[in-house]
Amino acid sequence: MSGEEFVPLSLTPLLIGIFAAVACALPGNFLVLRKQALIGDAISHVVLPGIVVAFLLTGVISAWPMMLGAAAAAIVAVVMIEAIRRLGRIEPGAAMGVVFTTMFAGGVLLLEQTDTSTVHLDVEHALYGNLESLIWLDAVGWSSLLDVQALAGLPVELGRIAATLAGAIAFIWLFWRPLKISTFDEGFACTMGIRTNALGLALVVVAAIAAVASFDAVGSIIVIAMFICPPAAARMMTNQLERQIAWSVGFAAISATLGYVLAGYGPLWLGAADAVSAAGMIATVSGIILALAAMFGPCRKRAGAPAQA
Amino acid sequence: MMLELASNNGIANTNETLTESPLAIRGLTVSYGQKPAVFSVDMTVQAGAMTAIIGPNGAGKSTMLKAALGIVKPLSGQVTAFGKSLDDQRARIAYVPQRASVDWDFPTRVIDVVLMGLYRELGLLGRLRARHKAKAMDCLNRVGMRDFADRQIGQLSGGQQQRVFLARSLAQDADLYLLDEPFAGVDAATEKAIIAVLKSLKDAGKTVVVVHHDLATVTDYFDHVFLINTRKVAEGSVGEAFTAETLQAAYGGRLATAQIDQLSRVVG
Amino acid sequence: MVAALQPRRSTSCRVWSAKQTDTRVMLIDALLLQLGYNATLVAIGAALLGVSAGVTGTFLFLRKRALVSDAISHATLPGVCIAFMIMVALGGDGRNLIGLLLGSALSAWIGLLCLNWLTRNTRLAEDAAIGSVLSVFFGFGVVLLTVIQTMGVGRQAGLEGFLLGSTAGMLWADAMIIAVGGGATLLLILLLRRPMTLVSFDPEHAAARGLPVARIDLAMMGLVMAVTVVGLKIVGLILIVALLIIPPVTARFWTERSDRVVLLSGLAGGISGYVGAAMSASAPNLPTGPIIVLVSFTLFALSMLLAPNRGALAAILGHLKFQRRVHLRQGLLALAQGQPIYERLTLRLLSRAGLARADGVATEFGRARAAKALRDEKRWEVVRTDQAHEAAAALYDGLRDIETVLTKDQIADIDHRIGGPQEIPA
Repeated sequence: MSGEEFVPLSLTPLLIGIFAAVACALPGNFLVLRKQALIGDAISHVVLPGIVVAFLLTGVISAWPMMLGAAAAAIVAVVMIEAIRRLGRIEPGAAMGVVFTTMFAGGVLLLEQTDTSTVHLDVEHALYGNLESLIWLDAVGWSSLLDVQALAGLPVELGRIAATLAGAIAFIWLFWRPLKISTFDEGFACTMGIRTNALGLALVVVAAIAAVASFDAVGSIIVIAMFICPPAAARMMTNQLERQIAWSVGFAAISATLGYVLAGYGPLWLGAADAVSAAGMIATVSGIILALAAMFGPCRKRAGAPAQA
Repeated sequence: MMLELASNNGIANTNETLTESPLAIRGLTVSYGQKPAVFSVDMTVQAGAMTAIIGPNGAGKSTMLKAALGIVKPLSGQVTAFGKSLDDQRARIAYVPQRASVDWDFPTRVIDVVLMGLYRELGLLGRLRARHKAKAMDCLNRVGMRDFADRQIGQLSGGQQQRVFLARSLAQDADLYLLDEPFAGVDAATEKAIIAVLKSLKDAGKTVVVVHHDLATVTDYFDHVFLINTRKVAEGSVGEAFTAETLQAAYGGRLATAQIDQLSRVVG
Repeated sequence: MVAALQPRRSTSCRVWSAKQTDTRVMLIDALLLQLGYNATLVAIGAALLGVSAGVTGTFLFLRKRALVSDAISHATLPGVCIAFMIMVALGGDGRNLIGLLLGSALSAWIGLLCLNWLTRNTRLAEDAAIGSVLSVFFGFGVVLLTVIQTMGVGRQAGLEGFLLGSTAGMLWADAMIIAVGGGATLLLILLLRRPMTLVSFDPEHAAARGLPVARIDLAMMGLVMAVTVVGLKIVGLILIVALLIIPPVTARFWTERSDRVVLLSGLAGGISGYVGAAMSASAPNLPTGPIIVLVSFTLFALSMLLAPNRGALAAILGHLKFQRRVHLRQGLLALAQGQPIYERLTLRLLSRAGLARADGVATEFGRARAAKALRDEKRWEVVRTDQAHEAAAALYDGLRDIETVLTKDQIADIDHRIGGPQEIPA
């Protein structure tokens, strides 16, 4: 493929897909190790009501209020889950199930009751994302990467997701030691003076921000898949956390790249005319990677007894 | 605890709140739900001694320790360490949790677990230098686990896991060591190795407190005991506090009379 | 979901919906099954489905596997799409509900097998396995949906309803299938309830009795699948999990007895399904699935707040009361032993009860109560060293009044052993 075609049409969606996948996979590693993988599931469901409420409050479809609304919804959900778990003495899985289904149902109902006919607000976008449409029209080829005027026309999603990725990397780099210690042994971490509760909440907030930023660009399917599949596959490849993170980043990037390419060109190779959903295909590829890792990964079996308390 | 409404509302049951004891607990009450697991307990740990916390299953031994360290939130009570607030003295306290409280499938190596003990020294971003690694290796050596440094922790036996935890606490260079059931389910060789390390700590002037369940070894291993069964039953040197009478009080009917007779003969 | 959420969707296909009609009248009509055959069948189907889901969900909830149902329900999507494509390839229009439901059941089953395989054969914990099955199957389903989209405009319309449920403009035959399906599922549950009850309440005991726990677990999952498949058309695959989770959690607030949790959960589920479906039929723009979920959540929220014993209000009040008892008791013991009280809450409680003055000095009444508290402690000490009182001693928790566990004679006997009032050295 020539640069004239690739750079304007595929470079930016590809980069956005990779950044989103990696930004979700990074906190996902800790969520999976802390047996909180489904927090990612819950967060991705409650983003919808957040967006709808933000729209109702501001009356405009614009990225920042919606991202704020979605982030607020994620935090509300986490607080509600915790409140139900404690006040009702309900196990976390069930508490999560109550909260995210209700908030999602509320979001759908609000949307249905609101007159959105004047604006383009539908959940197709939210669910599938519109990765394919995040193209860079100002680019004419590789040379545009050095062209200030063309660079100004980059899709705004690219900047947002890049910043989010940088934030996720910074968080994990900065809090690497306490995150590792408290994930392995919370009681011990506590006696070392680590604020384990605050750290756990911070991790969820980082995951929520990654989810919201990715959601904006690529839809909610990728978000859940990337939180869980790359870290889970990486778990089967190594017994060292540092290497696991590296594997998960690799798997996330491969899923995004391969998924995007297969969605765009796979049908053509098979003789069909139209592309299929890139977001769905990225999730599918990550699942295939996980399946391969689960069957052949060198460290796929458990070592050591699970915690009892 | 379900609700964390309680503040640190302790009652100082004695006037010695400003004791210099490595660990002083006053009026500690902890409850899960609405049944106190530990009720209004006072404890003054003797500096430079090896103390065993003993009591029947479910008597609140581990809970008391966890609450004293702030891992579990107490309903009331005050805790001081070396005469100051606990948070000021964290660096001087090393805690060894129960082996079964963590998931040993965690992706990490033995040496990394020991290096966790150096967190306070290293901080968030302090560089890990050769001397840190050397120190961790030395700690592993002291528990006889030097050759296992690069193993994945899931590959260890129960006794080996316990030794790794002990090595991690040694890396902290603390003055007070608190161990929760370190001898539970470990092999004889490990038990020997652990007790040797603990005695060497005592000889170096450190204070050691162990939640212990094996009454038969109390007199061999420890010089102080603390008997608990929801409330404090007895506290003092093994000679004074570890008697047939106090055991009966702590264990009640749960300990056969014959057993107590046998133990009290050991006690002398 | 897509169709349900697009504003441009026409609601005119709801034969019973007349936008200007007073919705309150419509709701009453709907609740009384006066809105025509379809609406009635859907409401009955939803009620049956709600009961089935509530009961099945209880077993899942007690097994602490509530979110397994989330993986199962999301795993239905590829099956629906593949069934559609096969039916179109065979020359049909692809909307045969039974065909679609069979497809969904098949792919849900494959999803469940993947989930079980992952948890059994790899180091992944169940939550990660659930999340990966859920997202990958759903993602693959979305890929297939876009494939179908390219097969011809309009064809997809029938499938989008499976995401969020859509009973609007439903064919009579489809409504019938749902009502019958709901009834059949409930019947299956009744047949399997004994072994399932045993396994979910005490799996070890069930295994010891020779029950095939693994197979019963699988049957339980089969029921979850049946509920999901029947519910696809009404509630949709994203929200069906709510029907399996919320009613059992709601029921749990009201009782400690597991057999009653099953009944109450079925009841809560049935009410949610029935009321939700009726409300949705009474006005336009009220999609069935979300309304059923929100009705269900309303029941949950009321239960969580108001239920006696386990409800939040009762729990908070109980905790405050408990905290007062702990402080009063500790305060009395401190008074009895002449120790100062530093804690303000303790002091306030003591003085409010007339036991001490604001400066911490005991009143006459306080001294009497303190002496009694101390004496009770001494009595307990005797009880706890005496093997004859082993059962009573096990009840000691620092707060329990000794009179509640021993008779007057027993207490008198103990007092005799203590030998009259005496002080314990501090």
